[in-house]
Amino acid sequence: MIPLNSVAGDADLLFQGPEWDFDKLRRVYDAISDIALNEMGLDVYPNQIEVITSEQMLDAYASIGLPLMYRHWSFGKRFAREEMLYRRGLQGLAYEIVINSSPCISYIMEENAMPMQTLVIAHAAFGHNHFFKNNYLFRQWTDATGILDYLAFARDYVSRCEEQYGVEAVEHVLDAAHALMSHGVHRYARRPKLNLEEERRREEERRRFFEENYDDIWRTAELPGRNIAADVEALEKERGDIRRRLGLPEENLLYFLEKQAPKLKPWQRELLRITRHISQYFYPQKQTRMMNEGCATFCHYEIVQRLHEKGLISDGALLEILHSHTSVIFQPEYDDQRYNGINPYALGFAMMRDIKRMCTEPTAEDREWFPEIAGNGDPYGTLRHAWANYRDESFVLQYLSPKLIRDFRLFKVFDDADVDAMMVDAIHDERGYREIRRALARHYDLARHDPDIQIRDVDLAGDRCLVLSHAVHNGVELDEGSTQSVLEHLTTLWGYGIRLEEQDATTESVIKTHEAAAAPT
Amino acid sequence: MNIIDRRPNPKGKSLTNRQRFIDRARGEVREALADALKRRKLGDGASGEKVSIPTKGIQEPVLRPASRGGKRDYVVPGNKKFIVGDRIERPQGGGGSGRGNASPDDGGEQDAFEFMLSKEEFLDLFFEDLELPDLVKTRLRESEASQLSRAGYSVSGTPSTLNVVRTMRNSLARRISLHRPRPEEIEAIELQKQTALDADDAEGAAQADLDLEAAQRRARRVAYIDPVDVRYNRYERVPKPNTQAVMFCLMDVSGSMTEAMKDLAKRFFLLLHVFLERRYKKVNVVFIRHTSNAQEVDEETFFHSRETGGTIVSTALEEMLKVARERYSPDTWNIYAAQASDGDNYTEDSDRCSQLLGVEILPMTQYFAYIEVGAEATLRHGFPSPATDLWRTYAQVAQQHTNFAMRRVADPTQIFPVFHELFAKHRAEG
Repeated sequence: MIPLNSVAGDADLLFQGPEWDFDKLRRVYDAISDIALNEMGLDVYPNQIEVITSEQMLDAYASIGLPLMYRHWSFGKRFAREEMLYRRGLQGLAYEIVINSSPCISYIMEENAMPMQTLVIAHAAFGHNHFFKNNYLFRQWTDATGILDYLAFARDYVSRCEEQYGVEAVEHVLDAAHALMSHGVHRYARRPKLNLEEERRREEERRRFFEENYDDIWRTAELPGRNIAADVEALEKERGDIRRRLGLPEENLLYFLEKQAPKLKPWQRELLRITRHISQYFYPQKQTRMMNEGCATFCHYEIVQRLHEKGLISDGALLEILHSHTSVIFQPEYDDQRYNGINPYALGFAMMRDIKRMCTEPTAEDREWFPEIAGNGDPYGTLRHAWANYRDESFVLQYLSPKLIRDFRLFKVFDDADVDAMMVDAIHDERGYREIRRALARHYDLARHDPDIQIRDVDLAGDRCLVLSHAVHNGVELDEGSTQSVLEHLTTLWGYGIRLEEQDATTESVIKTHEAAAAPT
Repeated sequence: MNIIDRRPNPKGKSLTNRQRFIDRARGEVREALADALKRRKLGDGASGEKVSIPTKGIQEPVLRPASRGGKRDYVVPGNKKFIVGDRIERPQGGGGSGRGNASPDDGGEQDAFEFMLSKEEFLDLFFEDLELPDLVKTRLRESEASQLSRAGYSVSGTPSTLNVVRTMRNSLARRISLHRPRPEEIEAIELQKQTALDADDAEGAAQADLDLEAAQRRARRVAYIDPVDVRYNRYERVPKPNTQAVMFCLMDVSGSMTEAMKDLAKRFFLLLHVFLERRYKKVNVVFIRHTSNAQEVDEETFFHSRETGGTIVSTALEEMLKVARERYSPDTWNIYAAQASDGDNYTEDSDRCSQLLGVEILPMTQYFAYIEVGAEATLRHGFPSPATDLWRTYAQVAQQHTNFAMRRVADPTQIFPVFHELFAKHRAEG
């Protein structure tokens, strides 16, 4: 049972009743800030809270949550759909949107009551904000201070291009770029450029090769008599050189096209660059969705509980907040109609609560599984470390405890297309914990989610066909229909034909080939 | 920390994008709209239209793994009965327990994309087909008076808009979760105290007293209805036109009227209805069909059932008069009529028609439009078709009355000019 506040404590309440106004927001913000910074030790960007209407929220949805965005029909499509779902009552609006920028912008909706605003401030302005500022992926890949300026630049650039080259031409490029967006990120830091030393050695090697193979007779010899083996070798060598010069193999398709596509005009390259930057900006979010939401949910839960303990919010407000909280972290079971994968809020929140529990009230099992954190008495410090240094995949791999596996009653199913039925191969028992944890972690690994595609070669001597390869893991091939459409988009950027080979990752044998001819110009 | 009020910022930031989306899908939308129009009833008026278009053309393809094939594993919650080694039937259609996946949105491609066209977008597309001149479009969009209409709930409002059901539901949930003692529970404790007192059990009575006090204290603290429970009905202003009109649809349904002709007629009726709907608060539609006699029918029968028999137009006019006298007095209703026919009439009936129209009907109607459909066959010979009986009769009526218009229509593109004429006259008058 929730302990009730004494009636006398009413005077301390930050707000009463559902109405919100700017003063109350400010008071609540200060109280939350005190708990978040001083008790939980969070470290956040300066906050900016913006009040918007539900219509503006729909607008924000449509432009993938960014406050500024260039114009494109696909955002209109998203808007049309969201609007219909919302108007027909099939789907509520999100309570907040938060933007990874400095200052960190959180949108709150005017329709929400004060308890809800409290929840949102704790969730977005502190939970998400802390995560954005501290997680290593965001630190490494995104520039929180520059993003808004960059988006403004992008929007203006695109609209200038539209004026100059026509909406259709711009749309054409953006369509193609959007299709490749998920393959427009650098997953790793760039390979260093060849240094002078290596450059010289390469040159040396080339000369030696030339000298060794020089024979005056080739100057006069007839073609049929040539040493074919040497020719092939030289050709291979040359192609290797070209590949190296072009920086192949390359998995960032948009980057490669921006730098190397022969037919693109400068403004088209710039458009590719813009989409690539935006994709890169979102890449950490895709990899940390569960942790990010878990972190924000955990923070708002802890903060709200503390506000209530300190007698700063009323029972009614707490209940209203908990009502929203519980519906957010609801996890339907697999045979439930509402089941739609594992709810990132539910798993993230449960794992973080579990870590807190292990730090303060460890069981014998926890001591065995997590000797380094069990009973260390510093739950927030432990969590801050986890928030800073893990992404979804590694977080699950490191911290998913047997207790949680039991609580969720997780089980693993193996599905081999060659066999009639699927097979349960691990459940929540002693033998299954590690297997389930490994498998679940793999689901959060983006590298396994997005197909592994690289640009392998360009036939510069021939028809300039661009050769891509898809590494097929466990026999999972690409979706036929959408791949063909993407390749067509790709030809419009590259300007020549495209060939995509699906290669088995272990045997390197080609399983399937997709081709697209260049669009007639 | 900054708090910024962005509410005054311009809304509709997505409108350009939305418009681009509709432009892009124009072909598909038009097709879907044509379909929807066939289903659409006249009574539906000019509300928005839900359209469902194939995803082709508005696809956003990405490179993604196929949803089937290969070796995969899933981790899913909620195990109830499975142990290691159990075999599970593969769920059909790719969904169900199989998708224990972190990203739910990588499921199958949507086959159709559904969204709502707003009223304006609908009218734009609808009139585009008929090449509505801009002049008339602006007239259609003229502003109207507004009225309140229900729009969900809010946490603030006046006592008169209190929504008791919602409020009590919240209150009940809160009382249960905070363990507010119910009156019966307090009564039970009182009874307990009484029994204890009766039995001279001092200890029991003291305990009951304590319980009672605790319960009462709790009941005092947890309000029966707390301000957070209270919900009000919310109202929004919705634009509304301000008077009422009735529209009579008259149509010849004898065997000579083909489906194509009826479709032309329907389009015309629909257009007129949309127009009236925009100008009047309430538009009633009366359907009168006739062969050699006339009757009032519902919309379904009007457009879709077939009749055989001769053609006596005056019966329809009489029926219209009868209905108008019974239910639609010209004092309180604006009366519009549209008649569609292929022009056949029983020759002796013509005089009766012009008599009825000139003396009784036209004086009380705002407007009477006659369209003669399906004149193609006669036009094919290269000269204007010989006028039909009805046409000749009506031509005389038209000379004497300004609120009567007549036109021939052979295909959908010609419908609009007729419609436009109707507007043009009204502009000239008023």
